[in-house]
Amino acid sequence: MKSLLSLKKYFARYKTTIYLGFLFIFLSNITSVYVPLFIRDGIDELRRQISSPELIKYASLIVGVTFVSGVFRFLIRQTIIVTSRKIEFDLRNDFWSHLQKLSLRYYQNTKTGDIMAHATNDINAVRNFVGPAVMYSFDTFTLFVFTLALMFSIDVELTFLSLLPFPVLSIFVYYFGKKIHILFTKIQEHFSILTAKAQENLNGIRIIKAYVREESEINHFRKLSYEYFRKNINKIKVDALFHPVLFLTIGSSIIIIMWFGGMKVINGNLSLGELTAFVLYMGYLIWPAIAFGWITNLTQQAAASQKRLNSIFAIEPEIKDSNLTDYSINSLKGEIEFRNVSFRYRDNLPFVLKNINLKIPAGSTYAIIGHTGCGKTSFVNLLARFYDVTEGQILIDGYDIRTIPLKVLREEISFVQQETFLFSDTLKNNIAYGLNGITSEDEFNHRIEEAIRIAHLIPDIESFPKGIETIIGERGITLSGGQKQRTSIARAVAKGGKILILDDCLSAVDTNTEEIILSNLKKFMKGRTSIIISHRISTIKDADLIIVLDKGTIAEKGTHEELLALDGIYSRIYQKQLLEKELEEI
Amino acid sequence: MSDFFQDDEVIGKAYDSRLMKRLLKYVKPYRGYIFLAIFLNIVTAALEPVRPYLTKIAVDEYISVGDSKGLLLIILLILSSLILQAIIEYAMTFATQYMGQKTLFDLRMEIFQHLQKLSLKFFDKSPVGRLVTRVTNDVESLSELFSSGIVMIFSDVFIIIWIFVFMMVMSFDLALVTMSVIPVLIYATFLFRKKVRANYRDVRKHLARLNSYMQEHISGMSVVQLFNKEEEEFKKFKSINEDYRDVNIKSVFYHAVFYPFVELISAIAVGLIIWYGGGEVVQKNISLGVLFAFIQYTEMFFRPVRDLAEKYNILQTGMASSERIFKLLDTKIFIKNPENPIVLNNLKGKVEFRNVWFAYDNENYVLKDVSFVINPGETVAIVGATGAGKSSIINILLKFYEINKGQILIDDIDISQIDEKELRKHIALVLQDVILFSGDIKSNINLWNDQIPFEKILEAAKIVGADSFIQKLPKKYDEEVKERGATLSLGQKQLIAFARALAYDPKILILDEATASIDTEAERMIQKAMTKLLKGRTSIVIAHRLSTIQNSDKIIVLHKGQIREMGNHYELLELKGIYYRLYQLQYKDQEIGV
Repeated sequence: MKSLLSLKKYFARYKTTIYLGFLFIFLSNITSVYVPLFIRDGIDELRRQISSPELIKYASLIVGVTFVSGVFRFLIRQTIIVTSRKIEFDLRNDFWSHLQKLSLRYYQNTKTGDIMAHATNDINAVRNFVGPAVMYSFDTFTLFVFTLALMFSIDVELTFLSLLPFPVLSIFVYYFGKKIHILFTKIQEHFSILTAKAQENLNGIRIIKAYVREESEINHFRKLSYEYFRKNINKIKVDALFHPVLFLTIGSSIIIIMWFGGMKVINGNLSLGELTAFVLYMGYLIWPAIAFGWITNLTQQAAASQKRLNSIFAIEPEIKDSNLTDYSINSLKGEIEFRNVSFRYRDNLPFVLKNINLKIPAGSTYAIIGHTGCGKTSFVNLLARFYDVTEGQILIDGYDIRTIPLKVLREEISFVQQETFLFSDTLKNNIAYGLNGITSEDEFNHRIEEAIRIAHLIPDIESFPKGIETIIGERGITLSGGQKQRTSIARAVAKGGKILILDDCLSAVDTNTEEIILSNLKKFMKGRTSIIISHRISTIKDADLIIVLDKGTIAEKGTHEELLALDGIYSRIYQKQLLEKELEEI
Repeated sequence: MSDFFQDDEVIGKAYDSRLMKRLLKYVKPYRGYIFLAIFLNIVTAALEPVRPYLTKIAVDEYISVGDSKGLLLIILLILSSLILQAIIEYAMTFATQYMGQKTLFDLRMEIFQHLQKLSLKFFDKSPVGRLVTRVTNDVESLSELFSSGIVMIFSDVFIIIWIFVFMMVMSFDLALVTMSVIPVLIYATFLFRKKVRANYRDVRKHLARLNSYMQEHISGMSVVQLFNKEEEEFKKFKSINEDYRDVNIKSVFYHAVFYPFVELISAIAVGLIIWYGGGEVVQKNISLGVLFAFIQYTEMFFRPVRDLAEKYNILQTGMASSERIFKLLDTKIFIKNPENPIVLNNLKGKVEFRNVWFAYDNENYVLKDVSFVINPGETVAIVGATGAGKSSIINILLKFYEINKGQILIDDIDISQIDEKELRKHIALVLQDVILFSGDIKSNINLWNDQIPFEKILEAAKIVGADSFIQKLPKKYDEEVKERGATLSLGQKQLIAFARALAYDPKILILDEATASIDTEAERMIQKAMTKLLKGRTSIVIAHRLSTIQNSDKIIVLHKGQIREMGNHYELLELKGIYYRLYQLQYKDQEIGV
């Protein structure tokens, strides 16, 4: 339960509204408990041969009081439940804002589905506590007290007797809710198993068909499906109890009232109207009895969910500004130095970069090539501070990058990542994504136009139905791999930082287009430091310096001609690519 | 439930008689249950309204005249009606839910079985995720319709009818007066439902927006951070979150109005009973007990009326899901099977392609006029660059797809004359990416085939050399394969796939060699295993290993969908053509490696 204490600050924000809500609950219940009393009076007066205006008085009292109580009921929901939605909103905002601060490592180690589950299911469970559970606990408490008080005022003995079955009902609802929750969780777990089985089957359909295993797969699925059926039946067995037990307990209360109350009426100790009022009050107590068990369950579930949320809130962002940060740095020229840099992803894993020493002068173009897994991407990920180095340091303009404000560093780096990620938005918004704080519309449009020209997107845009305003991605048109890569190049170019990183981002572009883009980029790269990673020699051959990474170390270094003369890894890659081209042309 | 990826969220019309008829077919095997449930319904529906009637008798005939024995009798009657109702209701709820779940089970199996029959052409076009949704979530959303929907409609209707009957019997006039509030109740309920439904749609829409925003930005978080967009993205998130909050608050409003309003209607009904009924009592037209019973009835008929409106929603979601399910069941993309299939006896294993043309889409041919013969027991290596058409040869030989022109023959029998399953019984396939299923190691070798006993599994594993590492696993052959074999190395997975193929002991073996590099130790093991596997069978290998090529009887060089060169390793090298270049590109390095 302790985890729910962290909700205090949210409640504090809406203190007045919540207190007002409690007041409405109080007023609503205090008025509504009078209805059975009016009915009692009405019935008792009937025995005394009253006139019809008197009857109208009672009838309109009943309606009037219900109306007043109803107005308060309306206000209760408008205050407390509405507040719960507002707290849910605040909580989700805080959750998201926290997520945005977490570093790449967190996202690589956590499944998107898990994060989503916290954001939806857990926040929802907490909302159920903040709203319904809080509202009903106060509501049922006051209703219970008022009703009981009035029942006592009519007949103390009968009240005690009629209440006998109620503890049974409360306890039953509590255990019932708990049991159902467990059974339901089991069903859900099995549902995931069933889903996983279907998924696995469909993914492996080729092998299943090749080995003619359709029948056994069907049998296997039938078994799982039957187990799922059985688990549902288990829940039904318990579920089906609810209603019968409910009306049995209520019914036995009514029987007690009828018998003892009836005897009292016969003996003249109770009026018929009072008996009717008692039966009606029983109806008022049913809900509090059920709600008691229900609220307990809701609160328990919310506590568990809040605990999970708190553990996420407790994760410290790995990469952030610290007390080392020098906020006087507000722009960069782009001179990069790797000084004895070693890096590994985790303590027990092997190093992916070993003792790298490299100086990249401001304004030059360096290229990195090497086999898959040689450390190319890690190299540039360190530069953008997606991770921090394990040993050594990286300097830009002579500053250790850990002292450069993260905002300044990222503003100055235009990074085209290997895995292209575009948002499902218009092409224009995607390209303009990095144009922060540009107010002049001309400048804004000019930057976009220029970026589109450099990334050679003009012919593509002309073919799109709505040109640059075309929505891409899930909700729009699907771009080809090459188009995606070129769009992300345009996005980086439009941003225009001092350091340009191209991480294997021309792989899906054909060689002709690649050549156009590279020559377009030449002017842009003037005055900027560029690092180009590629598998293709054609992409990098014109770089000022080419670095061949092999197993985390710099194996070869030099210009295209120098490396060819070296007759090492680089020249072997070159030969192979020549052959590939030849084959292509046969 | 992973309900975030609400693809195809369609809310169709509430009732479609064509769909309903088809759905009812699934209930047919259980119609006994249904009739029983409906019958029990009629009985229990009467038990609830009978109690106020009994209390009326208690008030008028016993309490008023002071007859305590009579009162006791009535109390016992009420008690037994309670117990009877509890028992019947439990049994009935159980029976209908049982039937509902059983129906879902049947439907789920039918979909799954149908999927197993569909040809690969269908799977190429359909994302696996969506198909999984049909089998699981869509079936699940029919649950309410089957288990409570159909039967409970009867229950609600009968309760209302019985209440009317009892009220009419006691006092026709007062019944009419009391029931005068019902049209208002029905109207209010429908209006409320309509508003809530429209609002619910908005809630779903905004929730989907919120979820897809989060999903997308969690995947692209590095881009957000790289472009310093945290603040701006937070603003966007906040505005989506705000919309979601506001539609929810709107729904609070509807509930806040509706529930007190229903209370008010009920109070009006009670007021009417006091006013009109009271007058009748004064005039001695009805007794006090009737008044007493009527007040109880007003409490009673509100629930079923409200529930009936609820059922509309159940129907609606049911219709949308069943439409999608039936669409899948109506998809009949199968491989044409011969009318008089030939059964392969004493297969020798000769494979022949005769002028085969094949296109996945009937337009762009990936294989053009391919002809070759493989004699029984021969090993043929197929080489070529990516996209040359190598895997297509596998796909059509196994009859995963039908060819457009030409013939494929096995032992000189055209495979179009052979049933697809009969054909595959004689061919084993080993894919590049080894597919492992959740289950233990031994089941991954025999694929749950009882005809392959454990001895045979063990033998196969020993021959290919998988036995040695399996023996080292904690539970040996009973070790569970987790996450599709994530805990096994690439080489180990390969060996399991080899053991699988060997255990099935096929006449013809098709093998797509793995490209990914494995360490030399594993490489040596796999090479040894391969030699044993290929021995005595007709084998077609999409080769990535130099040793495989060198050991094969014949090499077929595919280039852009055509056979360009054929022969053995040395003959082809001398040609200095495509093979020569491929060799230098892909295989030459291996000479130094091994």
